[in-house]
Amino acid sequence: MLEGLIGGLFNGISIGAVLLIVALGLAIVFGLMGVINLAHGELMMFGAYTTFVVQNVAKSMGGIAPEIYVFAALPLAFVVSALLGLLLERTVIRYLYGRPLETLLATWGVSLILIQLIRSISWPMVIGLVIFATLFLIGRWALTRYTDWDRISQWANPIFLGLSVAIAAVVSFLVQSSGSSQFVRPWFGAQNVDVTPPSWLRGGVAIGSALQFPYARLFIIVLTILCLVAVYWFLNGTAWGLRIRSVTQNRGMSACLGIPTERVDALTFALGSGLAGIAGFAVTLLGSVGPNLGGNYIVDAFMVVVVGGVGKLVGSIVAALVIGIVTYLVGSGTIALILPPTAFFQPAIDFFNFFATTSMAKVMVFALIIAFLQVRPAGLFPPKGRSVEL
Amino acid sequence: MVTRFNRRKFLVYGSATLGTSMLLKACGGTTTTDTGEADGGTETAAADGETIKVGILHSLSGTMAISETTVVDAEMLAIKEINAAGGVLGKQIEAVTEDGASDWPTFAEKAEKLIDQDQVAVVFGCWTSASRKAVLPVFESKNHMLWYPVQYEGQECSQNIFYTGAAPNQQIEPAVDWLLENKSKDFFLVGSDYVFPRTANTIIKEQLAAKGGNTVGEDYLPLGNTEVTPIITKIKAALPDGGVIFNSLNGDSNVAFFKQLQGAGMGPDQYPVMSVSVAEEEVRQIGTEFLTGHLASWNYFQTVETPENEKWVADFKAEFGDDRVTNDPMEAAYIMVYLWKQAVEAAGTTDIPEVRTAAYGQEMAAPEGPVTMNPNHHLSKTVRIGEVMDDGMFNILWETDGPIDPEPWNQFVPDTIGFACDWSDPAKGGKFEI
Repeated sequence: MLEGLIGGLFNGISIGAVLLIVALGLAIVFGLMGVINLAHGELMMFGAYTTFVVQNVAKSMGGIAPEIYVFAALPLAFVVSALLGLLLERTVIRYLYGRPLETLLATWGVSLILIQLIRSISWPMVIGLVIFATLFLIGRWALTRYTDWDRISQWANPIFLGLSVAIAAVVSFLVQSSGSSQFVRPWFGAQNVDVTPPSWLRGGVAIGSALQFPYARLFIIVLTILCLVAVYWFLNGTAWGLRIRSVTQNRGMSACLGIPTERVDALTFALGSGLAGIAGFAVTLLGSVGPNLGGNYIVDAFMVVVVGGVGKLVGSIVAALVIGIVTYLVGSGTIALILPPTAFFQPAIDFFNFFATTSMAKVMVFALIIAFLQVRPAGLFPPKGRSVEL
Repeated sequence: MVTRFNRRKFLVYGSATLGTSMLLKACGGTTTTDTGEADGGTETAAADGETIKVGILHSLSGTMAISETTVVDAEMLAIKEINAAGGVLGKQIEAVTEDGASDWPTFAEKAEKLIDQDQVAVVFGCWTSASRKAVLPVFESKNHMLWYPVQYEGQECSQNIFYTGAAPNQQIEPAVDWLLENKSKDFFLVGSDYVFPRTANTIIKEQLAAKGGNTVGEDYLPLGNTEVTPIITKIKAALPDGGVIFNSLNGDSNVAFFKQLQGAGMGPDQYPVMSVSVAEEEVRQIGTEFLTGHLASWNYFQTVETPENEKWVADFKAEFGDDRVTNDPMEAAYIMVYLWKQAVEAAGTTDIPEVRTAAYGQEMAAPEGPVTMNPNHHLSKTVRIGEVMDDGMFNILWETDGPIDPEPWNQFVPDTIGFACDWSDPAKGGKFEI
């Protein structure tokens, strides 16, 4: 009984930890900034692919590298996703603050672009994109510098754009048709790739006869706790964290007091994206790595943030753990086992047995969440204060 | 003000260009490809300037793309080879590729497009049973023809579909018999939550009940789900001393399942997993470290030793790269193009009813061994059971002496016992009592 309880608790927490690490970045981006970022899952995917690349490099180095590559992959996944998030914020999202519907559509579009990018990226494509960016940006810079740009922009802009695209496309096509098949083929392709955790993260530690704690799960739980501590320290213990919190509470007043709100926005978004990268690294230990990785987690992540209450990290933590434990208890049929097998409880046992498959457990969890949100529409820990519009 | 305006303009133009270039790139990859024009050179084809259009309808994107793109490669290779050898009825084959996007309504839509707009002579396509069920009404209402290359759950026998993968009695049933004899009598059934695993597991449960095995539990994961902890707990509770796990998971879930099974300390010696949707291609993507020692049942493995297979594997690697592998659905896809070609040549036309009749009895020395098309639209095939080795290939543990005749209507499920299918005789049709 005790073993079953500990095992159940551990499994529930390990599901919750995955949910939490996936939702942590979103809790910052969606919770603190109010940006509905549907590309969050794809930022995760980039973290996972970074892990894949690091793993391959480590494998080719041989020696002890394949055993310790995770420690290189972890920060790199963070950096890659954070940079990508920064780019996304600078080029798309900052034009859309305060317009949730447009943000939603734009980030969804970005997520589709990123998925297709991973599928089809190859050297010719990279060469084409780089040539285009160089021609267009340098050309534009030169034109604005040396000509009367305002006068000619009417016709120069489309011509310039067309020229850059044409040249880039032609070069890309030439490279495509002349390069060796090894050179022109996609880096990753549409297929899933194989990320193998180092041997010390496979298997698990056995306690007693019935209990086994997988190392990968323990690693993710520890990683989640470390990320939480780091985020809390950053938000509550540093100057930039203070600025982020003040901008979250009252943007206009913060700007009046000299806080650079644009830089705060960029930093916050990059932080949330970087955490998505770490989540992407974490899920490579458990699941598959492919272009669709993000889609498998994004709904759960939003679910956690919404149930937890927008704007509060502690809400996300509690929500993730509760959802994890409930999913586990319902899905594994433990509830039906705990109930005493008497005639009185028989209907309840039948009821829970009906929901004791993974698909049906999901149905039940969603139903419970809907019911919960009817009672507390703002989630577990709603933000308080006069600035809150609810 | 001016800079802000310019930046915004740049954003608009920039994203438009990026989007357009990607669109062009995507279109370039998926639209009509005449694979044989360069190396064809047949006079007749050039003379009347005609080609025979065939439709290829698979998921090139979405969760099933991982498997279905490999099947497209096999079909393209077959078409290319046929074109290089002079085509069909003196005409080159022109493949029209459509993306079903792992979305079943899209499959039906694209099937209609291929038939009505492109006027294709035949469609090669689908992987999941859900997609096949979605396109079935389209092919039946238009009386068209689909060739379907994947093992499936049976309980279907349409006049408009030719099934070149295994029926349950050519894959699942022999696997269960073999496991009962060699491994354990206790089975836990795991599958993805859609029509194939559910029907397959119904068959397995009936078969186990009939042959003295036990079904100790079953569970289903939604497609794409990677949280398998509850299932692993249930398996451990149901099989404390080990037993067989019969796995019909599809796509991404397999990776999560095998990774976490190992994490839970459940190895192939105590918990051998028999998979019916894991072939060489999937082994490569899941990782051999997690799979070594586990089992799979198929009609074809890359390690099959026939001269035809040696040639095919060599040709495939020459075309798509040395690191590629071949597997059962790919082989079925490859031979179905040839079987269709043989039927067209026997009929002397691409008209659907004539080709259909001509297809019955077509034989071929396939990479898996000899195969024959039966009047019930299924192939007679050899059954094999393999164990994953360290290099990701299968060590063939057992195989039938010769091809097994297909039974689309299952003989363990009470509803269909005693039924069969024969489209060569109008009086019998898709489901008649023997």
